[in-house]
Amino acid sequence: MLIAIAIMALGAVVLGAALGFASVKFKVEGDPLVDKIEAILPQTQCGQCGYPGCKPYAEAIAKGEADINLCPPGGAEGVGKLADLLGREAKPLDGVEKPPQVALIDENTCIGCTLCIQACPVDAIVGAAKQMHTIVESLCTGCELCLPPCPVECITMEPIQETVDTWKWKYPVVELKRVA
Amino acid sequence: MGLMQLFKFKGGVKPATNKAQSVTLPIAKAPLPSVVAVPLHQSIGGTPRPLVQVGDKVLKGQMIGEADGWISAAVHAPTSGTVREVGMYAAAHPSGLLTDCVVIEPDGEDRWIERQRVDYKALPPEQVRELLRDMGVVGLGGAVFPSHAKTQASRSVPMEELVINGAECEPYITCDDLLMRERAAEVVKGIAIFRDLLQPKKVLIGIEDNKPEAAAAMAEAVKAAGEDFQVVSVPTLYPAGGAKQLIRVLTGKEVPANKRSTDMGVQCFNVATAYTAWRALGHGEPVISRLVTLTGNVAEPRNYEVLIGTPMDELLAIAGPKPDTDGIIMGGPMMGFLVPEAKAPVVKATNCLIAHSPALFPPKAPEMPCIRCGACAQACPHELQPFQMYWFARAKNFGKTQEYNIFDCIECGCCSFVCPSRIPLVQYFRFAKSEIWARERDKKAADGAKTRFEFKQHRDEREKQEKAEKLAKAAAAQAAKKAAEAAAAAASEGAPAEVAAPAAPLATGPGDTPAGPAAAPLSPEEAAAAAKKAAIEAAMARAKALRTQTQPQNTDNLTPAQQQEVADIEARRARLREIAKTELVHADAPPAATAPAAPAAPADNSDTSEK
Ligand code: SF4
Ligand code: SF4
Ligand code: SF4
Ligand code: SF4
Repeated sequence: MLIAIAIMALGAVVLGAALGFASVKFKVEGDPLVDKIEAILPQTQCGQCGYPGCKPYAEAIAKGEADINLCPPGGAEGVGKLADLLGREAKPLDGVEKPPQVALIDENTCIGCTLCIQACPVDAIVGAAKQMHTIVESLCTGCELCLPPCPVECITMEPIQETVDTWKWKYPVVELKRVA
Repeated sequence: MGLMQLFKFKGGVKPATNKAQSVTLPIAKAPLPSVVAVPLHQSIGGTPRPLVQVGDKVLKGQMIGEADGWISAAVHAPTSGTVREVGMYAAAHPSGLLTDCVVIEPDGEDRWIERQRVDYKALPPEQVRELLRDMGVVGLGGAVFPSHAKTQASRSVPMEELVINGAECEPYITCDDLLMRERAAEVVKGIAIFRDLLQPKKVLIGIEDNKPEAAAAMAEAVKAAGEDFQVVSVPTLYPAGGAKQLIRVLTGKEVPANKRSTDMGVQCFNVATAYTAWRALGHGEPVISRLVTLTGNVAEPRNYEVLIGTPMDELLAIAGPKPDTDGIIMGGPMMGFLVPEAKAPVVKATNCLIAHSPALFPPKAPEMPCIRCGACAQACPHELQPFQMYWFARAKNFGKTQEYNIFDCIECGCCSFVCPSRIPLVQYFRFAKSEIWARERDKKAADGAKTRFEFKQHRDEREKQEKAEKLAKAAAAQAAKKAAEAAAAAASEGAPAEVAAPAAPLATGPGDTPAGPAAAPLSPEEAAAAAKKAAIEAAMARAKALRTQTQPQNTDNLTPAQQQEVADIEARRARLREIAKTELVHADAPPAATAPAAPAAPADNSDTSEK
């Protein structure tokens, strides 16, 4: 009996030590859940979720402080993916989903104040003091953060037009009756 | 037609070929269209940069779009005329969207640029490749991959076979057939160009055995040219004309999806591509036209030599579409698509236009559920499992479709062709593929945005820190200065009587003294200016004196002992300053006296008070 207890105790100690060692040795850098959540968020960095960027929102979700339906750019699809990842119930988006858009500076009106440059979270605007500014379309996430600071209101949002290169084949079901 | 061992590819189907209709008449030249719209992007790779502007006069064969990068090919004016528009125009694309085009109004003269034939054998291969690119030579089999970029053998694997694709397996299409029948000699010359660039051990020309005339013409031309190319009849089985299938049939080699065929020592070109390569080098004619089969629901199916940019509806009208024609299919019935915009121009990839009618292509009965019969898997030439890919594409589970190698699918349509449930499998695969591409684009954009966002945050942080450091430094400097001033004030307080008395004369003094003697020899204006300057200086000195008097000092409430200590320190400093100043005064010209005068005042005082 005593021996059995001793063996069990020894086993417990050895395994405990092994586990402890493993937890130190194979420690994961960063928080994997936050990274996974962040990978789903669209990285628009618009702050519409109420957090100063996608990462803070991801952290808030991971901590259970924020709901999963606060990111309008991610849309219903994003909510669905988050729900899948976290094993939660998908719910309707808290906000309005907009078609993808980019900002456009009316270059004739721009006074070169650099305020929009400072506002853009992803460095998508180029320009210098008292020089005309312009937006690099391919880098713009459409977050709208550059609109309010512009003193002459020369920035507008334009929906992104579909091109031959970005066009997608539609889901077949609808087309069935028309095609040969 | 040598006796060689042929291999088989898996799967394949035998749809009705419908080729006989369009081979009865020889190739005809399509009349000059009323307008030509040449899309800039007509090949895989970079979009050519337009070289012309609205209003420019262009000649037939003039380059109007310059290749952008290595994987790209130039585009040229198909006829002489005036550029009416450089902008968006209907695209020959299933989307029906617009694309960048150069729209030319022909002047009817069809006047060529100066054509220069080159002796390509005398040129280094690099230059030949550049020429091919600038002549706009691309794969005319449908893939429109720039040909010059395919003429480089792999570094590690020696080139063994050059496969020339004259199989033309897709129903209805006969343009390659007619090309080989009528222009075999020039096709052979074009093949020789690719042979010279790639230097393979042998050249195999694969032609489906339902085109004996073409095969005979080619064999004769090969013989006449004294070449050792082998013309091989391959069994008629769709899709034998797929590059991978033909390579498999002729060489037994399987080219995996992630490898280039040159990595396996083999390369494949279409016969029409070879023909245009020869026209480009041997005649100086860039690719401005191609053979197009007009067939389907038309009165007179036939092959035409058509200028690139010819509107499809205008072209089809030549063949006399019957009244019940309700659309145009570009390409064949297996892999082609219904053109959403009939005025879309013929492009380098347009090998066939089929007039569509409900009688010819009766609408399919509705799709039924998949019964997992496996017929599609048996028909698939790439040994895929279409029913699995369909299942997941339908459920929009795109990750799974990729696990079933959806990107190996060449969209040949064999699976849809055999499916007893009439499921449009290919459409599901196209849908899934474009969704996956879109997702990849989004993901890349999001990753880029994230990186830039993090960088910006990092930069803001750094800037903030730098600013804080600068501020701290400035504050420290300010504090030191204040302390010094305070000490000085304290020192002067030690002898308040003397400070008050000499401060006034000293402050005004410098203003008066230099002005006085200067006034006599100088002109009135200069005197006035000097007086003004002196007045300003005096005002500044006064202001300064005032400031030291009124500014709250942290030395106000000190014990006599502390005051004594501060005064001692200040006195030592003042002496040092005095020494420095006298040296400065000696070195400087006398008028400089105005500058040190004011600060010197308290120094002098404290000095004397010390004594
Ligand atoms: S709303 Fe969405 S895109 Fe905008 S910052 Fe929040 S998580 Fe990012
Ligand atoms: S340019 Fe404007 S809309 Fe675009 S990412 Fe920058 S701040 Fe957002
Ligand atoms: S052929 Fe059609 S019904 Fe048969 S397994 Fe394939 S998809 Fe299903
Ligand atoms: S379309 Fe794709 S899946 Fe269907 S048979 Fe052809 S290669 Fe196979």
